[in-house]
Amino acid sequence: MSATNRVWRFGDAVNTDDILPGKYAPLMVGEEVFQRYALAHLRPEFAAEVAPGDVLVGGRNWGLGSSREYAPQALERLGIGAIVARSFARIHYRNLLNLGIPAFAAPELVDVLEDGDRVRLEIERGRIVRLRERGEEALGLPPVPAFLQEVLSEGSVLAFYQRHGRFPGEDGSPTAPAD
Amino acid sequence: MTDAPVRDGSGRWPSALPDDPGFDLSGLTLAERILSVKAGRRVRAGEVVVVPVDQVMMVDSIAPSALRIVEEELGGVLQYPERVSVVVDHVAPASNVRVATTQKRLREVAREKGLRLFDVGRGICHQVLMEEGLARPGWVVVGSDSHSTTYGAVCAFGTGMGATDIALAMVAGRTWFRVPETVRVRLTGDRPTGVAAKDVALEIVRRLTADGATYASIEILGAGAFGAGERMTLANLAVEAGAKVGMVAPDDALREHYHVPVWLEVDETASVTGTLEIDLSALGPVLSVPFQVDNVHPVAEHVGVHVDQVFVGTCTNGRLEDLHEVADVVRGRSVADGTRLLVIPASGRVLADALADGTIATLVAAGASIGVPGCGPCMGRHMGVLAPGEVCVSTSNRNFMGRMGSPEAEIYLASPAVAAASAIAGAVALPDARGGRAVRR
Repeated sequence: MSATNRVWRFGDAVNTDDILPGKYAPLMVGEEVFQRYALAHLRPEFAAEVAPGDVLVGGRNWGLGSSREYAPQALERLGIGAIVARSFARIHYRNLLNLGIPAFAAPELVDVLEDGDRVRLEIERGRIVRLRERGEEALGLPPVPAFLQEVLSEGSVLAFYQRHGRFPGEDGSPTAPAD
Repeated sequence: MTDAPVRDGSGRWPSALPDDPGFDLSGLTLAERILSVKAGRRVRAGEVVVVPVDQVMMVDSIAPSALRIVEEELGGVLQYPERVSVVVDHVAPASNVRVATTQKRLREVAREKGLRLFDVGRGICHQVLMEEGLARPGWVVVGSDSHSTTYGAVCAFGTGMGATDIALAMVAGRTWFRVPETVRVRLTGDRPTGVAAKDVALEIVRRLTADGATYASIEILGAGAFGAGERMTLANLAVEAGAKVGMVAPDDALREHYHVPVWLEVDETASVTGTLEIDLSALGPVLSVPFQVDNVHPVAEHVGVHVDQVFVGTCTNGRLEDLHEVADVVRGRSVADGTRLLVIPASGRVLADALADGTIATLVAAGASIGVPGCGPCMGRHMGVLAPGEVCVSTSNRNFMGRMGSPEAEIYLASPAVAAASAIAGAVALPDARGGRAVRR
């Protein structure tokens, strides 16, 4: 049996200042250590106690606010396995996918996953398995849109561009600028 | 440093986009039109397109990461370095040795690569790009700052992105977008005296809610009576409703200053996912109350709340007309004991203009502190960070918990006039008939 992880549950409208406050940006505290301040205002113990592969569960509009990529990057450094939320804010969602952090808009999972649940993340099989006293419970993950699946298949948008010399969904020929 | 862009013989910024795209754009929204012309084919909401980028903007807090990605992961060569602007505004001037060292290196790289560098004191990124003509009607402008929606004031497709996307846009000269659906906001009625563009922008956010326009383009119609700076305020706050872009419909006022491609106009037959009508005549001054921007209420409901600090500035409300609003309220009066008034002009040009016309003298006489043009304390890094328990009335754009420092501080977002009245009163207040404009509610 593979390792299990814990669910960290948050509420609605967790914003980028919650995920990584501006005063703890890499520019302010250093490139090596900023992840220690992830979600520091909401749950001060989070960064110290989170384990690689853990799953974050949020409500509506996860990640609203800033374009700061160091917010999802802090979560990447901490090894977050996936984020499941009712919905995501646009820029943050794009940042998550660019970094290769699986993000699922899945209200039906948010309804049932509880803080402290033990789960086994099986993204390739399209599911999260929750471990309960009486056995396992498989919860389906929604499919990732094809375009974004292309990104995730290479690990990150940078890896995709490095490998293909183009963006996902783009035909082989670079688009010429209008001017 | 490449040559600065120049206006044409008529004093307008040229466009460089074709007036004839070569295919039919009827029935398309502003966002669809721009992305269609840039993609070279007719595209609709929901499609994914890869388009050339006209301007890439990055700020001091993100540029080091983006440039490191360029060097370490993408080979270091920029497709169009002359289309890249670096603005040192988020921690400007540097607050400690770490920041100073990072910015020193950033200046070196910007020079090496031939990027446009706007250094300490030149101003806030969005204000500077607009002043420099680096965002124009129909352009695609991507910035490493979420308030890049501001460029929609001149009907540019302006949007914020993270460091990876910015790095890719610099190296590739293009980026990918999912063509956004459109929410149309129509402003109707006459705006009462005392109702600021900020009040209108916050009303839009209140009505749409913080995620009501997620992924969407907001088309703003009926803003003809709003000045250029006020339009920036409207477009700036579009992102607070989750929008990808917020574009003010082009009109003759815009055409006075820019060449606007003939196809760049609102098509009311285009299909949109939502419409919102706002009767300006029914609006009054409002506050965005902690800790969400869409938590908007009449100022009158919070009058009397003690205020420790008032901050006037930012890309939302740090322009000359905003400083005039403040000066009109504080002229001949003094900031209350126990309250601090910080005024940070959005750019060096705004500061120079405000010095020349006496505005700064009026503010200083009333007890205001004037800061170096830049972002100031907006994101809690320096120049006015809040302590636990403190309350700030700010003309900025976010009141999130901990945004300006302590998570136990509170931020109320307001128009410049309400901020100024609050500084004089030492508590949340409405501008009265004596100072500033009379308020009709």
